[in-house]
Amino acid sequence: MTTATMDTPRKPDALPDSRAPLAVSCRGVTKAYGQGQSKVMALRGVDLTIACGELMMLVGPSGCGKTTLISVIAGILDRDEGECGVFGNDFAHMSQRAKTRWRGSNIGFVFQAFNLLPTLNAAENAAVPLMILGEGRHAAVKRAREMLDRVGLGDRWKSLPSQLSGGQQQRVAIARALIHGPKLIVCDEPTSALDHETGHVIMRLMKTIAVAEDRALVIVTHDARIFGFADRIARMDDGRVERIVRDPADLQT
Amino acid sequence: MNFVALRMLMGDRAKFLGIIMGLTFASLLITQQSSIFVGIMTRTFGFITDTALPEVWVMDPKVQFIDDVKPLRDTMLQRVRGVPGVEWAVPLYKGLIKARLDNGNFQQCNVIGLDDATLIGGPPEMVEGSIADLRKADGVIVDVVGASTRLAKIPRDADGKPIRGAKPEPLKIGDTLELNDRRAVVVGICRNSRTFQSQPVIYTTYSRATVFAPKERKLLSFVLAQPAGGLSGADLVARIEAQTGLMAQTRSEFSWTTIMYFIRYTGIPINFGIAVTLGFLVGTAIAGQTFYNFTLDNLRHFGALKAMGAGTLRLLGMIVQQALVVGLIGYGLGVGLAALVPVLSGGSELAFRLLWQTLALTGVAVTVICVLAAMISMVKVIRLEPAIVFKG
Ligand SMILES: Nc1ncnc2c1ncn2[C@@H]1O[C@H](COP(=O)(O)OP(=O)(O)OP(=O)(O)O)[C@@H](O)[C@H]1O
Ligand SMILES: [Mg+2]
Repeated sequence: MTTATMDTPRKPDALPDSRAPLAVSCRGVTKAYGQGQSKVMALRGVDLTIACGELMMLVGPSGCGKTTLISVIAGILDRDEGECGVFGNDFAHMSQRAKTRWRGSNIGFVFQAFNLLPTLNAAENAAVPLMILGEGRHAAVKRAREMLDRVGLGDRWKSLPSQLSGGQQQRVAIARALIHGPKLIVCDEPTSALDHETGHVIMRLMKTIAVAEDRALVIVTHDARIFGFADRIARMDDGRVERIVRDPADLQT
Repeated sequence: MNFVALRMLMGDRAKFLGIIMGLTFASLLITQQSSIFVGIMTRTFGFITDTALPEVWVMDPKVQFIDDVKPLRDTMLQRVRGVPGVEWAVPLYKGLIKARLDNGNFQQCNVIGLDDATLIGGPPEMVEGSIADLRKADGVIVDVVGASTRLAKIPRDADGKPIRGAKPEPLKIGDTLELNDRRAVVVGICRNSRTFQSQPVIYTTYSRATVFAPKERKLLSFVLAQPAGGLSGADLVARIEAQTGLMAQTRSEFSWTTIMYFIRYTGIPINFGIAVTLGFLVGTAIAGQTFYNFTLDNLRHFGALKAMGAGTLRLLGMIVQQALVVGLIGYGLGVGLAALVPVLSGGSELAFRLLWQTLALTGVAVTVICVLAAMISMVKVIRLEPAIVFKG
């Protein structure tokens, strides 16, 4: 039998497309919460690279450090050690103000609980990143309505979040994450507050309007039913990226 | 982002109204109580205010306030007149004398005797008649409140019997009354500032007052003096004190002496102080607590804004703006309501005096409340880790 020798040795980790420029590159990133007795090592040396144009999913058991990792990547949490560049930009060397400003123009967020301002209507909510960047209210809201059109909510721009379904709220959140044309979009469990079907709608929407050549997406999820939307999936365990696969089926082994 | 801040604030109706109510209550209570306090304190020296012309009051060194009369020898008038720098000096009698009403009852009256020649120190406003009418025989001027209340006459029928249940009629010009068994004729009705003493006020001449007054060795209550041109009141005070051994005070000094007496020896300021402090504390508690809760409720949203690129300063600006809006509205409503109280109470004898200082004090108090509330909220926002946005 020659089958064994015919088998190409399987690569332990799938690598990003080597021709695409790197969006995120982390090496040996560590992060601990608390001190002394109550110290928790959330990240124990994460190596991860994400290419432009890629949709990367982060999966793994609860408490393995997924949220911590995307917080570090998005620059809302400081790492302890290691290297982490986002589009060649290292937050460790930036002032708090510079970090905040950089986030404002380069990163889009989508949250599990949507995090829309309850007293702002859909268009105003989607316009928030533009207003943070200094755009006037009317111009920002006008652009937000166009964005809502693209996520299929053009006719609901006046609705308050409380008047929208979960899926609709998440679509507003996606419009908000995209409106300022960020280079990196980070999502923490974007579908886990939604039913299966709505989750699929949301992921399809992301795939069609969020994925772009010059942009990367990182999506934390434990929802196996959406794994198929990923270009690559990184499985984490106990503060490390354990393996990276292209085919969700490979996660089982 | 201003728009976002305001929407955040006003979108939550219940909390918004709660904060406004707290601030309104605080500023209402502070303005209202302070104004009544000022009003009452102003009454303490109402008589000094009414006696507007003379700059300097001369009195016995033991006098503590305006109603604390310690008579001087009549010769003191001449001694004051002899002090260089005195333009003129006139005597003033001030004392309580019993008036006999036509129903046979007695009523204590505050009798003021004015210098016969000049009538200096008379009432600030005549309702009927004129001050000069005091020169008529047995003439007295009665204050309008006294004339229509305590000194009012009970109507009588043709036989001279009082009509039961009839409304008392105010004293009018030509009516007579008896002061210490001596006849007095009303020649005028005046209006004067309300004072602490609720007795009717009766003006007459100095010499007639001394006739009405119980026989005593000393009858001169005050000497009112005016500095000669170029000399200040304070200078004249010093000279009079040095030369006569009496106590002299300028009009404003004497007003303050009187206020301070009441502040020191009565519970009035403490009571009002407690009310004002209570207003401040309750206002701070309600408004501060609700504002802080409001910030806490929105902390998640502040965190999201921070993650999405709104800097700490930006967020603080939003809080300041929110505090400013509720502060201004609460202040306006509170002060407005306080100003309405005397209007609504329909010109009753409410001692209410709204000074710009009170408005400023209330403004400062409301600002302090808002700043405190905003600062506690700000600490939260400054410490806010944007990473909380990913926490469920
Ligand atoms: N603010 C914090 N303070 C202390 N420990 C924390 C904090 N945040 C997270 N941790 C701990 O760090 C570890 C990693 O947490 P993290 O939230 O990154 O996990 P996760 O993979 O996102 O889990 P889940 O799937 O449940 O969201 C966990 O053990 C958690 O208890
Ligand atoms: Mg998580």
